Amino acid sequence: MIVFDNKKVKQWMNKDFSHLTGFGLCIFLLPLLGKWIPMLANYMDVMVYVGIYSIITMALCLLTGYAGQISLGHASFFGIGAYVSGVMTTRYGVNPWPCLMLGVAASATVALLIGGPSLKLKGHYLAMATMAFCIIITIIFNETATYTGGPDGLAFIPGISIMGHAVDSEVKYYYLVWSVVFLVLLFCLNIIRSRVGRALRSIHGSELAASAIGVNVARYKIYVFVFSAVLTSVAGSLYAHYLNFINPASFDLLVSIKFLIMIILGGMHSLWGAIFGAALVTLLSYEWLQYFEEAEVMVYGVIVLVIVIFLPHGLVSIPKRLKSIRAR
Amino acid sequence: MEHMTLASQLLQYIITGVTIGSIYAMVAIGFNIIYNVTEAINFAQGEFVMLGGLVMVFFRVTLKLPVLFSLPLTISVVMAVGILLDRIAIRPIRKPTVLSMVIATIGASFFIRGAAMFIWGKNPFDLPPFSGRNPITFLGAAIQPQSLWVLGFLVAVVIVLTIFFDRTIMGKALRACAVNPSASSLVGINVKYMILISFALSAAIGAIGGIVITPISLMEYDRGAMLAVKGFSACAVGGIGNFPGAVLGGILIGLIESLGAGLISSGYKDVFALLALLLILFVKPSGLLGSAEVSKIRKF
Repeated sequence: MIVFDNKKVKQWMNKDFSHLTGFGLCIFLLPLLGKWIPMLANYMDVMVYVGIYSIITMALCLLTGYAGQISLGHASFFGIGAYVSGVMTTRYGVNPWPCLMLGVAASATVALLIGGPSLKLKGHYLAMATMAFCIIITIIFNETATYTGGPDGLAFIPGISIMGHAVDSEVKYYYLVWSVVFLVLLFCLNIIRSRVGRALRSIHGSELAASAIGVNVARYKIYVFVFSAVLTSVAGSLYAHYLNFINPASFDLLVSIKFLIMIILGGMHSLWGAIFGAALVTLLSYEWLQYFEEAEVMVYGVIVLVIVIFLPHGLVSIPKRLKSIRAR
Repeated sequence: MEHMTLASQLLQYIITGVTIGSIYAMVAIGFNIIYNVTEAINFAQGEFVMLGGLVMVFFRVTLKLPVLFSLPLTISVVMAVGILLDRIAIRPIRKPTVLSMVIATIGASFFIRGAAMFIWGKNPFDLPPFSGRNPITFLGAAIQPQSLWVLGFLVAVVIVLTIFFDRTIMGKALRACAVNPSASSLVGINVKYMILISFALSAAIGAIGGIVITPISLMEYDRGAMLAVKGFSACAVGGIGNFPGAVLGGILIGLIESLGAGLISSGYKDVFALLALLLILFVKPSGLLGSAEVSKIRKF
């Protein structure tokens, strides 16, 4: 599993480098293509959401795919980011950027409080603890109506601006969000290839074995949990400033589970899979599943089961599988 | 009711807490049965309770069958769902890990919830109680007769399970799987079959919970997730895998919830139980009745 061979590392680097360049070009060109293909222009709005959710799924990819921990509370970090940004900008008139940092600080603190005790335990206490946490946070958003607007939501959240230039169109916001996605991707790819990434993978393999070779299992799990919460909170702030309106239903348990579905569908052992899954589920829920309405939930259930049973490594593993079938 | 003293008010909260706590205890017992054999937490456990309530509504209200028939019918229908859950979602997983089983049960719980919404719609359903709605007055507090049924069923479940696990071959085989699945298969126990049995058994217990609580608190399609979380809180408070712990934890969680809602704030009713879960994870992760040594051996 662990590759120390210098030649292979170089090959990896080249592969990643070409992938990244291709990916960057695709992101850059998509809105330009929209000028000629009107259908693509309609998808600009959804693509912003795909970007926002990709940030979260990449974070979850490290947490679930690499460290092997399930969190059902990431909708809450998403919500904390969004609500800190929303409340601070609308009620206190603070600039969006400090609010984003404040959201990050709040999420990191909360993640430390929740993750600390549950990650010290072996196995999947985190799943249930974060599920409880997610429900608590939704209740708090609903009950503290004087600040959050309660179930009716919080409207008129101002947009974001960079050095005096307002990011006021879909295409501009698209570039903002996808630049963040690109940076996060770069960062995560590097983490995976580092000592930390190998430590995380060893935890997924066996916590006992990992600690036997000197990996501080609890500490790494907490690091990656807090890191994923921070990224999710940034995504939340971006979401609030893009949509200009937030309500508690956008951050409930169902949303947490959607995040999980995104990484399972794409393939939770791969960052590319995470982005792919985010894109697929977002398109499904924003565009293609509209006429399923409430039955959406059932469709998601089926998707999860089918993937877990037939494609445990997600859709990104299909090419590899086809190759191995052909090789036979 | 207007002139309730504080003492009788407290008593009222305690009665409500013990009643709802009994349901949490049943959910927690269901968790434990599956956990002991597979070491995974079945996230669809709450859906069994929801199905129990709604299937009972179908037999009792829609088909107007008497309780004596609809009760076993409902239990067998939900048991069938539990068996299907194992056959369709759990067994086909090629390399079962705790992670993949947890994800599979989350997916299954979504499917069951969606299906229930298709069949019964979104409105809550009522069920006639087993023996009338005239409350019994006791020291100034009112007890629903159904509350006594709830307690009675919990006691019955505990007694039957104790006999099952202590006196029957199948119960002993299940316990063997709980201790060491690979060693049990070496002595001829069919572990896959035991997993099936554990799903059927905990589905049945969940169904009983749903059947007895619906006359008091109604039932709708999306109640499962919350019941699962509260049941898991009960489980964690008592110590995962520990049956007396599940009963104790369930009743404690019920009391915390009802006293918290009554004395502090009803808007935050659901928060109290979940805070108890987080607190126990902080302070004594092995649970009140669980031992630290046992939890060290476990994979979970």
